[in-house]
Amino acid sequence: MNLEQLQREVFDVIRQPLTASERMRKHTLDGRSTKEIVEKLIKPNDRLTSVERLEIYNRVYWFRILSSLADDFPGLRAVVGQRTFDKLITAYLTEIPSESFTLRNLGSRLEAWLRDNPKFTPKTERLALDMVRLEWADIDAFDRAELPKVAAGDLENLGEDPVLPLQPYLRLLDLAYPLDDMLLEVRRQNQEPEGDSDTASNIVIMEHAEKSPNKRVPLPKPKKVYLAVHRQENEVYFKRLQPEAFALLVALQQGKHLSEAIEASVNWTNQKVEFITVRLHDWFANWASLGWFCRQNLEREFD
Amino acid sequence: MPANRFNGNTDYGVGIGLRIPHYNHIFEKKPVVDWFEIISENFMVDGGRPLKVLDQILERYRIVQHGVSMYFGSAEPLNREHLRRLKTLVKRTKTPWLTDHLCWGSVDGRYSHDLLPMPYTFEAAKKTAQKIREARDILEVPIAVENVSSYAEYHVSEMTEWEFLSEVVEDADCGILLDVNNIYVSSQNHNFNPLDYVNNVPHERVAQIHIAGHSKYEKYILDTHDHAVIDPVWQLYSRAIELVGPTATLLEWDDRIPSFEEVHAEALKAKRFVPEKTAVAS
Repeated sequence: MNLEQLQREVFDVIRQPLTASERMRKHTLDGRSTKEIVEKLIKPNDRLTSVERLEIYNRVYWFRILSSLADDFPGLRAVVGQRTFDKLITAYLTEIPSESFTLRNLGSRLEAWLRDNPKFTPKTERLALDMVRLEWADIDAFDRAELPKVAAGDLENLGEDPVLPLQPYLRLLDLAYPLDDMLLEVRRQNQEPEGDSDTASNIVIMEHAEKSPNKRVPLPKPKKVYLAVHRQENEVYFKRLQPEAFALLVALQQGKHLSEAIEASVNWTNQKVEFITVRLHDWFANWASLGWFCRQNLEREFD
Repeated sequence: MPANRFNGNTDYGVGIGLRIPHYNHIFEKKPVVDWFEIISENFMVDGGRPLKVLDQILERYRIVQHGVSMYFGSAEPLNREHLRRLKTLVKRTKTPWLTDHLCWGSVDGRYSHDLLPMPYTFEAAKKTAQKIREARDILEVPIAVENVSSYAEYHVSEMTEWEFLSEVVEDADCGILLDVNNIYVSSQNHNFNPLDYVNNVPHERVAQIHIAGHSKYEKYILDTHDHAVIDPVWQLYSRAIELVGPTATLLEWDDRIPSFEEVHAEALKAKRFVPEKTAVAS
């Protein structure tokens, strides 16, 4: 067995989901005996069998990635409850193992996976999906690049019909529920400020910490919310937008000229163009003061 | 041999890991610290608070980068995106040397996010050394590899862990980050004498030393970095200093992190084992 074969065999075993009692499975997902596989690879010692030794890594693997996603998605946990959250996250990570060197990106494909697997959120499908979108936007907004800002006074010098790039960290979300309020409440109850723990470390995590909120946060009733997730002085904020402003920003983010963005907003909201043009100056002054316009979009995709 | 080509010919003294719960204390009190070690991956981002904090720290302190996911021992090639981001960070911090672990952790582009133990084979040593050389050529900074704590051993191993470490660093011509706590943990888990390890690595290649605490369970010990350093580990440290000479030393305390003062005081105990410099008459 060469190095590549050995590592593939070991990795296949340690990324097998744990049993309900958080032990190594007796059989792999494709029906092979775990004991037979492991005994060929790992030596026993005077205290532990081969399986018990590799089980340490099996448990550490799951406790680490579950803990990381629990830290990143407390809102989803509050929406679906701890038990569903554990099942859902385990299924997600079993099907889509991490393909990034950093745990920061562990949840990057959760939204797409959840869309394909609504069976995990039968009564809260849209709510759960929106919460994942919001929490991922929050992660993204926290450490994406910030490019040189365009000041409000400089906007007029950009020509008649400019393309106005937006900051890479700015995320625009149309939510079916007012989840910004709910997420802030969940965080308040958890008393875990955003970004309070390091993403990467080299320690062994040997506990599956269940991090339930102190009391259940009520699920909100449906209400359309248009949200900008943005950053100011290195803190992430949620800012609600009028639908017309949201549509305009989405078009600008797509690289459209200002005139096209206005048209897109009119078409999307069925508003009269005057409704938008009379508000344009105030909107742009506000967004420029928040630093949302940047000189050029140099961002490279993170992962 | 405090300064050598594997640590950028520096003499850094005793440092501690830069951790979020200590940020306020560091910025407000501006304590005197020889150096901070950062986990590279926590700062390999494009912007926001992590880089702001890092820049503030760099204004006042010396930084050394320590990575957790290069996986020199994985059979697959190095991750180019990882290297690109790491090089950007190296330019920012001007780290005199850079460390990561002698382990593997990824297969087919899928990541375990763990430090998995190597099979101690000549094939693995050769492939690992080749990847270390490649990384050093790209990053243009000396690299030192750290021995990990381990909980399993492979049937295919052809040598001891310290022989494997020696084989890799000689072939790669790189440095060693000698973690004496990891040596102790592995010695208890695998029934070997930790002094054999410390006595038999190439001492001239030791660029840095790690000390830390761990957790003892009924049948094994885990590298949890959540306690003070125990006496047997200090004894290993003492022996390492005796053999290697005063060397940049770093205390790792990553879970249940106490106050800055407590962590720093624990780290500074290392100075007890460093011989006083002899004054040279001019």
